[in-house]
Amino acid sequence: MAEPELTRSGAAGPELTESGAAEAEPTRSGVTEPARLAVRKTYKLYIGGAFPRSESGRSYPVTSSEGDFLANASKASRKDARDAVTAARKAFGGWSGATPYNRGQILYRVAEMLESRRAQFAAELAATGTADPGRVVDAAVDRLVWYAGWSDKIAAVAGSANPVAGPYFNLSSPEPTGVVAVVAPDEPLLGLVSTVAPVIVTGNTCVVIASERAPLPSITLAEVLATSDLPGGVVNVLTGSVREIAPWLAAHMDVNAIDLAGVADEGLAVACEEAAAENLKRVLRPAGAADWFADPGTRRLTAFLETKTVWHPTAV
Amino acid sequence: MFEYAPAPESRDVVGIRPSYGLFIDGEFVDGTGTPFKTVNPASEEVLAEVATASPDDVDRAVRAARKAFGGWSALPGSERAKYLFRIARIIQERSRELAVLESLDNGKPIRESRDVDLPLVAAHFFYYAGWADKLGYAGYGADPRPVGVAGQVIPWNFPLLMLAWKIAPALACGNTVVLKPAETTPLTALLFAEICRQADLPPGVVNIVTGAGETGAAVVNHPDVDKVAFTGSTEVGRQIARSVAGSGKKVTLELGGKAANIVFEDAALDQAVEGIVNGIFFNQGHVCCAGSRLLVQESIEAELLDALKRRLGTLRLGDPLDKNTDIGAINSAAQLARIRELSDLGEAEGAERWSPPCALPDKGFWFPPTIFTGVAQSHRIAREEVFGPVLSVLTFRTPAEAVEKANNTPFGLSAGVWTEKGSRILWMASKLRAGVVWANTFNRFDPTSPFGGYKESGYGREGGRHGLEAYLDV
Repeated sequence: MAEPELTRSGAAGPELTESGAAEAEPTRSGVTEPARLAVRKTYKLYIGGAFPRSESGRSYPVTSSEGDFLANASKASRKDARDAVTAARKAFGGWSGATPYNRGQILYRVAEMLESRRAQFAAELAATGTADPGRVVDAAVDRLVWYAGWSDKIAAVAGSANPVAGPYFNLSSPEPTGVVAVVAPDEPLLGLVSTVAPVIVTGNTCVVIASERAPLPSITLAEVLATSDLPGGVVNVLTGSVREIAPWLAAHMDVNAIDLAGVADEGLAVACEEAAAENLKRVLRPAGAADWFADPGTRRLTAFLETKTVWHPTAV
Repeated sequence: MFEYAPAPESRDVVGIRPSYGLFIDGEFVDGTGTPFKTVNPASEEVLAEVATASPDDVDRAVRAARKAFGGWSALPGSERAKYLFRIARIIQERSRELAVLESLDNGKPIRESRDVDLPLVAAHFFYYAGWADKLGYAGYGADPRPVGVAGQVIPWNFPLLMLAWKIAPALACGNTVVLKPAETTPLTALLFAEICRQADLPPGVVNIVTGAGETGAAVVNHPDVDKVAFTGSTEVGRQIARSVAGSGKKVTLELGGKAANIVFEDAALDQAVEGIVNGIFFNQGHVCCAGSRLLVQESIEAELLDALKRRLGTLRLGDPLDKNTDIGAINSAAQLARIRELSDLGEAEGAERWSPPCALPDKGFWFPPTIFTGVAQSHRIAREEVFGPVLSVLTFRTPAEAVEKANNTPFGLSAGVWTEKGSRILWMASKLRAGVVWANTFNRFDPTSPFGGYKESGYGREGGRHGLEAYLDV
């Protein structure tokens, strides 16, 4: 039997410095002393608060920017995508019915949990070739905190009391549109956080296709979500082929909106827009070369909000 | 009992020309398509011949709008506002003429075109006139820019009102427009074109192209149209969403509905009956947000139906120009056929059909106010938009069941709730997946108030501050 190969311990190993850079690889300490074999992480999907493998049994290898093998990521199937939509729909009632204060608290909790795993994310990002990974993690944490604060303010900005010409009370308030499919940009942490946070802080639930090239930080983010009081099903993370999964979600009749941020291929974007027309999904078009560090404004918040206007007579 | 004497409004206030052209770049011009005839649906009398805009004509209109865009968008908002105020004033001054023409071409009762449509049309222009010089305060940035050329396609149920919903915010924001009215109701849009000339609106800012679906498709698909606004059927809305995929055009769609009008046992019954009648029989039920599904709490079903049937017996159907008419003509032979088909199907599927004794005129397109009881949620009359004076009655026992049934539709435009209990109103309003919830009232509209659908009733909002977003580059 071949001697076990000593490898980089993946991104999650303990031998990482605060800055996120991996320390020198463990070296063989001699033939007589057996080296410790690292316990690798199996990266799975995140659906309904659980971490299943793809029902299809498929996976695909994820490599570092230098071409080293990092892990086998689950390759989600159409059934996985459907399960994720079912989970998101099931979670919608509770999550949209939670108070904005509660949702804000939970988003802030996500930021806390992310901050506490800063080193791990920096290391994972470094492995994908991200320059200045520490800055990316900081920006992701700060973005979550920023959106957390929007939870109980967006209604004041996007709603209105309408002075109609008659004896009626008339109020327009924003409400979540429902289940949102998000094709996350190829920026595995900041891009994911920047597209998912505005969707869920307003009360939507979502199914996210993580960066295909670098899915590992996205699944690690799912671990953060799972331990952040976020109800299961509010965010569901699929890894695999964007080209395969995105059209299924775009055509799914129980998905209310789709964010095509991460669709770089124009032909695929058009196909998704066409499929989305079937049940008149709200479509947020690809952002192009977006600067995910820039101030996002309220556009991604309002894109997934409906406006409900309620009338009642005021005459006695 | 007393009988009503006929009280017809005079047609003399309207001069209808034998034929109409397109309105492009401030001029009436011939269309190159085959002209069509527009008829009075109450009598089948041909009112006029109207030009069909071919794709070439649409192209001319879009080019005129593009040419006018530079100057119009560069005008100070305060100047654009004055044009809109002028238009609003002229609409008020000519409101009787517009109302009569609307009733002639559409078949809706003069009582409605005169007392509902026209005041709202003028109000929309007044409302958005005031926004033109205040856009920086609307919450879309300090200096929001117009989108460009707006291609707008509107339906036949509220021809002038839908024109106002589309044109007023577009112009206020600095866009120019190419609007296609429905082929069965083009006349008031063409009269509006004349009003634009009276107001000295710069040529090309508003262009009106008439024709059927092909003309509409040419407007929507024109590569130099930056924004598409459509009100109409969900099916056409779907086609439009598909056809603009990948074009980068901004789109708003105002589509069909299958609204639940939910009556609880503690509701003020007489008011609820009025609301149900207004909800489904207003404008012959040709209303996308019509309350076409009555959900009544089981305990009061019999009592409510008795009261409703009694009330229906007092509705007067007939000459749309008669000031005492409650129910006018169905807009077209095609729509009448659709209403008949779905109603026959309702019976075939086992629902029970009822109409008050109601003599229908010999000529024209007519359908009596109709109620179906014993309707199941699976019946097509409970699922599809009939777009006619046909009410399906279903029952429920608990508020949760009412919500479940009300939301059990791909549509989500509007809903009604009737109860004297405030907390129940607010609970229901928060659970109903619809863009408008009318509590203890129905079919209320106001330019200050955003309107639009959830789910397959379309996207975007018209009216209010929200209505500006569709016409601004945000």
